[in-house]
Amino acid sequence: MTYTEYVTGEPIADTKAPAGPVNERWDTRRFEAKLVNPANRRKHTVIVVGTGLAGGSAGATLAEQGYHVVQFCFQDSPRRAHSIAAQGGINAAKNYRNDGDSVHRLFYDTVKGGDFRARESNVHRLAQISVEIIDQCVAQGVPFAREYGGLLDTRSFGGVQVSRTFYARGQTGQQLLLGAYQALSRQIAAGNIEMHARTEMLDLIVVDGRARGIVARDLITGEITSHFADAVVLASGGYGNVFYLSTNAMNSNATAVWRAHRRGAHFANPCFTQIHPTCIPRTGEHQSKLTLMSESLRNDGRIWVPKAKGDQRPANQIPEDERDYYLERIYPSFGNLVPRDIASRAAKNVCDEGRGVGPGGQGVYLDFADAIARLGRKAVEEKYGNLFDMYARITAEDPYTVPMRIYPAVHYTMGGLWVDYDLQTTVPGLFAIGEANFSDHGANRLGASALMQGLADGYFVLPATINDYLARHPGQDRLDAQHPVVQEVLAETEDRLNLLLSVDGDRTPDSFHRELGELMWEFCGMARSESGLRKALERIPQIREEFWRRIKVPGTGEEFNQSLEKANRIVDYLELAELMCLDALNRAESCGGHFREESQTPDGEAERRDEEFSYAAAWEFTGTGAAPVLHKEDLVFEYVHPTQRSYV
Amino acid sequence: MKLTLRVWRQRAADADGAMSTYEVDGISADMSFLEMLDTLNEELILKGEDPVAFDHDCREGICGACSLVINGDAHGPERTTTCQLHMRSFADGDTIDVEPWRASAFPVVKDLVVDRSAFDRIIQAGGYVTAPTGAAPEAHATAVPKPDADFAFEHAECIGCGACVAACPNGAAMLFTSAKVNHLNVLPQGAPERETRVLDMVAQMDEEGFGGCTLAGECATACPKGIPLVSITGMNKEWLRATRKASRR
Repeated sequence: MTYTEYVTGEPIADTKAPAGPVNERWDTRRFEAKLVNPANRRKHTVIVVGTGLAGGSAGATLAEQGYHVVQFCFQDSPRRAHSIAAQGGINAAKNYRNDGDSVHRLFYDTVKGGDFRARESNVHRLAQISVEIIDQCVAQGVPFAREYGGLLDTRSFGGVQVSRTFYARGQTGQQLLLGAYQALSRQIAAGNIEMHARTEMLDLIVVDGRARGIVARDLITGEITSHFADAVVLASGGYGNVFYLSTNAMNSNATAVWRAHRRGAHFANPCFTQIHPTCIPRTGEHQSKLTLMSESLRNDGRIWVPKAKGDQRPANQIPEDERDYYLERIYPSFGNLVPRDIASRAAKNVCDEGRGVGPGGQGVYLDFADAIARLGRKAVEEKYGNLFDMYARITAEDPYTVPMRIYPAVHYTMGGLWVDYDLQTTVPGLFAIGEANFSDHGANRLGASALMQGLADGYFVLPATINDYLARHPGQDRLDAQHPVVQEVLAETEDRLNLLLSVDGDRTPDSFHRELGELMWEFCGMARSESGLRKALERIPQIREEFWRRIKVPGTGEEFNQSLEKANRIVDYLELAELMCLDALNRAESCGGHFREESQTPDGEAERRDEEFSYAAAWEFTGTGAAPVLHKEDLVFEYVHPTQRSYV
Repeated sequence: MKLTLRVWRQRAADADGAMSTYEVDGISADMSFLEMLDTLNEELILKGEDPVAFDHDCREGICGACSLVINGDAHGPERTTTCQLHMRSFADGDTIDVEPWRASAFPVVKDLVVDRSAFDRIIQAGGYVTAPTGAAPEAHATAVPKPDADFAFEHAECIGCGACVAACPNGAAMLFTSAKVNHLNVLPQGAPERETRVLDMVAQMDEEGFGGCTLAGECATACPKGIPLVSITGMNKEWLRATRKASRR
């Protein structure tokens, strides 16, 4: 049976979301969840993989509650997790602006922004918790932007018409992450967290159907070790680096989630990837990553291209009436602040028409001339100074005098491990939080919602729900490295690394990664079609076969070996990419960031097909290259009635 | 452009190191410094040689992972992180020296990679506000004057890269430590732990083997985030205040 001849298995249900009014479900669940007596918590060990906003906040909070936490990050310090690079802000339904915001409106905006492919229960909970997150972060000393009266400032973001985004200049992710890192540090000092930096999870240990530990590699010595716990929490981020070029950090990877998938955790909606509209265009073959320019810039920057095809004049010589401010023209009520998927696709369309600017015509202008004239250069500097500096540094152009050039790039992955309302995966005892799970953003994430979700999961949701699991499984057998299952996982991991080192071929890890990335960008990027996806599905197994024949990894496994780390991550990308394409092929509708060319309205907007596809696709692994089993979780909308999204 | 690189190679923490010379060609001015090193590494791998190990991650100047001394300057000739340094800052035919951070508190792990866990331990000693999850008051319960909030932010910008230590003739960590002390001590939320924070963090800094401060000012010149030298004065003031207060108790 070939990979594309998958079968549909039993439907999957979120059994933990309580019935009743949506605004009472979280209270109900918290009340019904079993608790662990404070004196018994120290007897439980919880492994947390990752120290970003989700993992950092979860580790700190679980340790504060009294659990013994063993935490891992591959970076040299937990402070470097990629959440640190988030720029724009964090949403919260505080309604400090008195502009009509409410928990219900944030809930509504997020369900609609996600193009009706997220779960109502989860999204409502996220909106409820959003207000507590701001309180928590302020208490930790996070230096949010403030007004002259000393109160918190907010700004607006794409896809919404209220001003609910809290920010710390263009470094909101950094400041929130440092808050979580500092809370984590306090618990490390108190002896409640055993922190393993420069240690990468390479596999999951499942004993008697429960997640009981991980296998990890010490990146300095190369030693492969096993670690045991009563529950495992994956907070390892998204998988955008499948595309090689993305705004993710160089070392962000999918190994933890993919290995968990191989051990039984279903992977949901892998084709839902977010292409962010405002990134700095690539400059050449040497490009190693792409840099985002915060969406907040769309508050004051105006996006345009020349009206005429192939207009080579510099921006300042193109008169006003020969410019096409295409977002303002097509979407007058949201203008430059349409959701990301729509802004990205519009940029692609004008570039495809031959009206793109900059080298290769792969760019559009983001112009601040009007904002500078209206507000003054100083005010613009105050708001966006560090972003402008970053842009100038990379491009050697001054965005105060020459419009920025931007182009869409892979930024975030809405798909991830399937989780129930408790954030538990299909493997009992294995939880996934933050970008690593699939639950809250549907087919498109709104700006400033990733930070909100990461912290909601880590500070508030998981610490409440994991109690229930631990309380129901109090006295699990102690494991040690001699257990046959552990021995088997250790041996498989060692074999895989040894194989990578022994091929001694003629191609570098990066060359394979780049090839895969280009294929994915072409066929599973901003626009997807059945024929393109079938091409990619034919090609990926060939690349995989070639990889194992021609990969060259220098050095040994018993040392600091960055080539080995990279090659091992590519092994997993080469499988995950295939599932992404299959999921995209299965979903023969357009929704959010997933645009199928076969399914569009007459004016080129994404056309959902609710009758066939109003479900989350959770895939069950059956073997490398073997057809996975599709499990559908039907999405029920009781509060936000699905309509064709309109931002006109 | 074509360049000659002289790179510090050291197999492991306990091995001897030395500068090795490499030629790289076809370098574009638009490349970042790290992309130039990627180019070198791709060639080394194909030749069956060990690629140069260096720390890097976000490549957008915020994670603080990258850490190279380039021609004697921490993060090279521009005031930025190594990942945001572009080859247009160099000329065709240049010879460039590339070394790791040099400080006794930052031992070399391999080649250009060093161990900066001492910074984590300084934060663990007191670089936080004790605010367990769930205990927070409403965010607007306490207004923070904008100048104080801005002051806190300017110090909170520190990315923990360690350039200040690498640039300091004494290998001191005063700028790093003072940035966190000033960030938290100016805020009302940080006030209750104001004294213990500065005393404990300074004590940990000394224990880690960082050198003393002679106000040479190299740290602030090298800092990619522009943490000002006066930050150190601010911490000294906090420390003196805390010491006096402790002696009165």
